[in-house]
Amino acid sequence: MTIPISYYLLLSGIVFLTGIVGVLIRRNVIAILLSVELMLNATNINFVAFSDYFRDMGGQVFVFFALTVAAAEVAVGLAIIIALHRSRSTINIEEFDLLKW
Amino acid sequence: MSQLIFAYFAGMIIAASMLVVALKNPVYSALSLLVMFFHVAGLFVTLHAEFLAAVQIIVYAGAILVLYLFVVMILNVKQDDRYHNQWRIAGFVCIPLMMEAMVLLSGGAGIRTSGTHAVLAPSAKAIAPDNTLAIGQTLFSTYLFPFEVASLVLLVAMIGAIVLAKREIGEQENPSPMVHTKVAE
Repeated sequence: MTIPISYYLLLSGIVFLTGIVGVLIRRNVIAILLSVELMLNATNINFVAFSDYFRDMGGQVFVFFALTVAAAEVAVGLAIIIALHRSRSTINIEEFDLLKW
Repeated sequence: MSQLIFAYFAGMIIAASMLVVALKNPVYSALSLLVMFFHVAGLFVTLHAEFLAAVQIIVYAGAILVLYLFVVMILNVKQDDRYHNQWRIAGFVCIPLMMEAMVLLSGGAGIRTSGTHAVLAPSAKAIAPDNTLAIGQTLFSTYLFPFEVASLVLLVAMIGAIVLAKREIGEQENPSPMVHTKVAE
């Protein structure tokens, strides 16, 4: 008894929407980055589900690349957060309303 | 049985991802994300992607999440305010998206255009017995150039992170003439 592909799509859609809601409603910059991780994982679930569905390794290779990009994004994003915290002593997103200060 | 396993993993993934958004303390959010990563890895195992399950645990749970916790504990912010007043906009964005997803998933079977079989039928090819071998062969033959580009992305990210987070020589610990004064509300 196998699982229909639409179940995986539904799961991935729900996780992705949760990530969008997190990005939109949270104030803490770190929580926003965690929500971005949620969205990346939702796409990974999609990729692997289709890779199993079509028996094609390309989907799994793309998850590999998504993982690389996620790691790079986390490194740069956390460095930006540290730099922001050093100059403004807060990580509340509503305090950052200037492009240059 | 496999449906039961899928239901367990899916339910835990959804619950953990909602906790990531809902919890107040960023440390708890990160730990909830850890639970979610482990269950996604379990889902990958049921989808015959064992190598990716291992990579998911090692890279996501072992490296990325530790980096998050490290930064959360370095910054040491006690933050009580959780949501900002943009949540109405979030509702306006997400409720239509949710409805679209429902329509697509429920009505998709009814609006089949022509023919009796689905457009994208599942492949009948056999599952590769050695997942790591298969993914390695695909990665180093078809996707060799993207693989090299990925290494370049990692190098650029590493240099960028160092440049962004470093402190100038002679810079003080707390350079605060520029610090906004209305920090604490």
